[in-house]
Amino acid sequence: MLEVNKDNFEVEVLNYTEKPVFVDYWGDKCQKCIELMPDVHKLEEKYGDKIKFCSLNTSQNRRLAIAQKVLGLPTMIMYVNGEKAETLTPDKINTVEDIENMIKKFCE
Amino acid sequence: MSHIYDIVIIGGGPAGLSAGLYASRAKLDVLVIEKEKFGGQAATTAELENYPGSIENCTGPALVERMRKQAEEFGTTFSKDEIVEVDFFDDIKILKGRKEEYRSKAVIIATGAEYRLAGFKNEIELRGRGVSYCATCDADFFEGLDVAVIGGGDSAITEALYLTKFAETVTIIHRRDSLRAAKSLQEKAFNNPKIKFIWDTVVEEAKGDEILESLVLRNVKTGEISELAVNGVFVFVGLEPKSELFKGKVEMDDRGYILTDRNMKTNVEGVFAAGDVVQKSLRQVITAAADGAVAAVAAEEYINEKFNK
Repeated sequence: MLEVNKDNFEVEVLNYTEKPVFVDYWGDKCQKCIELMPDVHKLEEKYGDKIKFCSLNTSQNRRLAIAQKVLGLPTMIMYVNGEKAETLTPDKINTVEDIENMIKKFCE
Repeated sequence: MSHIYDIVIIGGGPAGLSAGLYASRAKLDVLVIEKEKFGGQAATTAELENYPGSIENCTGPALVERMRKQAEEFGTTFSKDEIVEVDFFDDIKILKGRKEEYRSKAVIIATGAEYRLAGFKNEIELRGRGVSYCATCDADFFEGLDVAVIGGGDSAITEALYLTKFAETVTIIHRRDSLRAAKSLQEKAFNNPKIKFIWDTVVEEAKGDEILESLVLRNVKTGEISELAVNGVFVFVGLEPKSELFKGKVEMDDRGYILTDRNMKTNVEGVFAAGDVVQKSLRQVITAAADGAVAAVAAEEYINEKFNK
């Protein structure tokens, strides 16, 4: 997974158009995010050819997260041509299947 | 034929982990199934300073990680799966998960409880966008910002105190004129310069364009409406049992809490329950852990009598 931050977010996510971009917003203190992470890495192995996988540590990039209207963890966002196409807020994420279901929609 | 466990425990919070520890120490073949994150609500609790022995490094995640390791050390096995259907009818219980089917001689239900919604307008729409139920998860965002906490119990006050490490101000909004939380917590809150109180008040609505900007408040005594500008609101107004799956299978009270006897037996033979999902007066990590121990020992006795004669 590509670690994105305030320095490369624009280039790697907002200006990237080759394929949809998935961003995993997580934080050091978010236990649920940390539990999900190995499974999200497995999703990258499975769908990485069709989707670009990124993760963003909100503990270190708070302003950027808030600018993306992320105020709760974990949050998963799909970007298409730099625009937010779908957002999973924490209440919509129970298991990794919820994340996989969103990703599948962008694999066509 | 799939493997038959002695005990399958549904739920990996303090009740389930403690049951796993006791059962595996009794040399039983025991599996703990967790669908989401091990540790349950305790894993998202900032500090658990009321759990005996938990003085150094008493954060929720640290404590439950120690519980999990301890259970694992004695042979408890774990599975990440979500049970979607149960059949308690026969001697061998069948649990259908999303990934596989599990069979066991006894079952311990330790699915716990989850936060209850406060019920104000836009609460669901602004979840994860300023409305939160997990201070440890989301506190980081609010460094230097203003937040509110709804509730007056132990959880609300503990989490409000935790939030003062990040936020500029923490306003506790409570529908009564006094707190229900432990006196020691109240004292800390009253003495904390970052904490303010708004009494006799409920939240009617959350306002904001994509992210939370303010709360509309109503004083329950005077009916007066006011608005409070905040960047975040944390809701701690009580719990709801996670017992939907067992409706019609085991006896519950009208709120959905499972009824057990003192040995954590439900009305169904071979099915036990432990922790927050059980009807009782005190829902804490220590009572959950205690329930888990009692349930594991009762399950062991049941298995010995039923299957090992």
